[in-house]
Amino acid sequence: MSDIRITINGQARSLNVPSMKRLLDVIREDLQLTGTKEGCGEGECGACAVLMNGELVNSCLVPALQANGASVCTIEGVAIDGRLHPVQQCFLENGGAQCGICTPGMILATQHLLNKYPRPTYEQIQEGLAGNLCRCTGYMRIFESVCKAAEADYLPDRGKA
Amino acid sequence: MPENSILGSSPLRKEGRAKVLGEAKYVDDLSLPGMWFGATVRSTIARGKIRKITFSQDVNWSEYAIVTASDVPGENTIVHLTRDHPCLAAEQVNHPEEPILLLAHPDKKALLAATAGVHIDYEELPGVFTIEESEAAVENGDTERIIWPGSDAGGTANCFKQYLMYSADAKDTEQGLALAFENADYIVQGEYSTGAQEQLYIENNGVIAECNKDADGRVTDVCVRGSMQCPYYLVHALTLVFGLPEEKCRVIQTETGGAFGGKEDFPSVIGSHAALLAMKCGHPVKITYDRAEDMAATTKRHPSRTRHRTAVSKDGKLLGGTIEFAIDGGAYATLSPVVLSRGTIHAPGPYKWPYLRVRAKAMATNVPPHGAFRGFGAPQSLFALERHMDKVAKVVGLTPEELRRRNFLSTGDCTATGQPLNDPVDMQKLLTRALEEHGYHEKLKRFAEENKHSSIKRGVGFATFMHGAGFTGSGERRLNSLVHVEVNADGRPNLLVSSTEFGQGTNTILCQVAAQALSLPYENISIAQPDTRVVPNSGPTVASRTAMIVGKLVERACKKLLTTLQDYASLPPQHTPGEFRKAAGFYVAEHGSLRSSVRYEPVKPIFWDDELYRGDAYPAYAWAVYVAEVAVDLNTYMATVTRFDALQEVGKVMHPVLAKGQVEGGVAQGIGYALYEKCVWKNGRMLNNQMTNYIMPTSADLPPIHVHFEEVPSAHGPGGAKGIGELPMDGPAPAILNAIENATGVAFHSIPLLPEDLFERFASFTERAHGGSEELDGSIDRDTRTEVDA
Ligand code: FES
Ligand code: FES
Repeated sequence: MSDIRITINGQARSLNVPSMKRLLDVIREDLQLTGTKEGCGEGECGACAVLMNGELVNSCLVPALQANGASVCTIEGVAIDGRLHPVQQCFLENGGAQCGICTPGMILATQHLLNKYPRPTYEQIQEGLAGNLCRCTGYMRIFESVCKAAEADYLPDRGKA
Repeated sequence: MPENSILGSSPLRKEGRAKVLGEAKYVDDLSLPGMWFGATVRSTIARGKIRKITFSQDVNWSEYAIVTASDVPGENTIVHLTRDHPCLAAEQVNHPEEPILLLAHPDKKALLAATAGVHIDYEELPGVFTIEESEAAVENGDTERIIWPGSDAGGTANCFKQYLMYSADAKDTEQGLALAFENADYIVQGEYSTGAQEQLYIENNGVIAECNKDADGRVTDVCVRGSMQCPYYLVHALTLVFGLPEEKCRVIQTETGGAFGGKEDFPSVIGSHAALLAMKCGHPVKITYDRAEDMAATTKRHPSRTRHRTAVSKDGKLLGGTIEFAIDGGAYATLSPVVLSRGTIHAPGPYKWPYLRVRAKAMATNVPPHGAFRGFGAPQSLFALERHMDKVAKVVGLTPEELRRRNFLSTGDCTATGQPLNDPVDMQKLLTRALEEHGYHEKLKRFAEENKHSSIKRGVGFATFMHGAGFTGSGERRLNSLVHVEVNADGRPNLLVSSTEFGQGTNTILCQVAAQALSLPYENISIAQPDTRVVPNSGPTVASRTAMIVGKLVERACKKLLTTLQDYASLPPQHTPGEFRKAAGFYVAEHGSLRSSVRYEPVKPIFWDDELYRGDAYPAYAWAVYVAEVAVDLNTYMATVTRFDALQEVGKVMHPVLAKGQVEGGVAQGIGYALYEKCVWKNGRMLNNQMTNYIMPTSADLPPIHVHFEEVPSAHGPGGAKGIGELPMDGPAPAILNAIENATGVAFHSIPLLPEDLFERFASFTERAHGGSEELDGSIDRDTRTEVDA
């Protein structure tokens, strides 16, 4: 067991957890934030993606100890005072979410992408989201959501935990 | 129709806000007080007798609940169409990963060591793992390899189901076929095959079960909630496993993270298992599979083999054909007979066949049972047909386009099951438009020129096809679906249906239908969570039936509700939302409640003969032309789709954003089916049961997918809609392989087609890679009757 400190969605938390516990389980079980999903547990699907110190990581591959001292943003930290973030709004309006299970990870990947490229090209979007699998949409509505979000009043500083 | 047109607009997805916020609760996000966790001990062999089960000394078994077949209080079966499928294997296993024993423990982490601590001794029996091996056992009278004897619902040794479908009276058709083959200018034969495909919903199968007992320890009622498409299928399964009446088996669908058919029949298995564990331990029990277990142990798309023999005239008219269609059903019948049925009926495609015979069978093998997956048999038989049509064209010396144009069905014609196409059908127009949208003709010329100087060969190809919406034949009448629309005291209508949302947009479109029919804003309508204690059985959420069939029921129920309010609560014929609320409030105050219920009635009379397999196979068909552009790199042997156009006629498009999303998602799965997704098998076990080695398309793999609609309103669905969900799965694979043949001159007959498969074929005749098709070169004499084999 280790004592770890995590800033989760802006809130500082101290936890006592097994060192090798997956960050995904820390988030879902210890912090009870179930918006982060598990799709494969092996770093392939991106359903568990979160932003850790501003970087997009698959939380199923991160041991708790490695997250010690980190600032983590999950889907629960994306909305602004209960109002949808523009990226969320664009996913909602443009059919970017179907079954919704990939959506939290996809939205965080989009945050990360737009932080890097505020006006991404089509290829940058394709590449930027390639670590997040979606079985429902065929990605086209997701690309459209991302494009709309890039045109919208995107706030590049949000989502950087 | 009211002036506010909600149908055809794209309001926000009902549960969309919860989904983008991460607030939607899927089953793994839920926890019940005192809940335990369950795991499954599965067979490690493909077929054999269970000799002995021993438990390792290293585990403190008193902490665990253990369930075996002998604990099943009712019948040890998972009922689908037959009862051959055991809930837990008792004496014999028939496929790898077959469930034998269940364990539950309060700590999920304690399950891994425990499952490994259960040792099962087998007396191994020989197995069959392919359609061919299964057939051979029957042909050779190899009783050791007769792995399935037949069942309560029919079938013969190693064969779950057979169909023999004729385009007219059997005797006349046989005579006509004999003559057609005698007089044909060409006879074209071909064999085509398709592999298994994993649904790969991103949320694995999962459920939570609860169980109550009386003072004597007898089960009084069970409740299962979880990820699923068809709550009432699970109710049915539970009634048998527990020997309880329907009203004592409650099922609740939780938010479902993708299904595609993979959560049609399988939840009956995992749901029954969790309920048995809950019975044994006296606590709620959650079972969620991890990815490896889900991929190895649950259903996939049926592998198939199709043989075509076609008689055709010099001018490209189909004179007659025979189609032999076989699917691999896996170890138990499950849904194979109905998958086979849809595949059989779609096998003739959108063409006129003067004489046609389709012989179809579903064979038993010692692999985990294959099950429902979007398209349900049609993608398999249509792949074969649309590859074969390109071959016929080549033999006759026509373009793929011209050959199809000379044989399309059109309005007034009869399909191969003898169903008159009374609704307008215009495949000619669809084909013209799809090819234009794609720039097909220009590319055909340009690529032919460019390919001469490049090791990247580009090409275009297409497929023309249709998909029937709703249950086959008399299926909808048998389902006898029921829906309720109720209005609460606050004046807000609430839809009560068992149709489930798993991404396709059920919640949204049904609320649109209601809003339109009730002349109310979309936002005023709500839809109940599917809970069988609350919602009636409006049938399963499968077969592209929800929008058309259930939508129509919702529309009728709403109209009936309006009539009630007009007759008994002075609602004016044209009303405002305020007037509606007032009238509803008045009615509820007077009568206590306001509910309108309607049952399925066919829009037009439907005639179907289950014996002869003839008649009106589906209430309505969607029609489509899909066009693919590909690039095949002869250095890396990678084939990539570089652009895709999907044109379809699906009646009125109810929600353009959702409809596009459905088509794009289906096309992406179709591209995966054709070029990426390969199940690797060894003795009935899937070896690549991980996302790392079973590859589905990522955002970087897919081309731009352009979706186009022709809207021809249909009488069968609400506001003119037809079904759309499965159609997009049918066209991509043949269109892509047709394009690959156009690009390279090489005809491929099997999917999935991975770089290693391309390599194998090209390596064998590298020098000829720039020439025409290797099979047809020099073998065609256009003036004489020629037989051409695949
Ligand atoms: S669950 Fe972490 S990448 Fe799939
Ligand atoms: S919306 Fe279902 S997996 Fe992406």
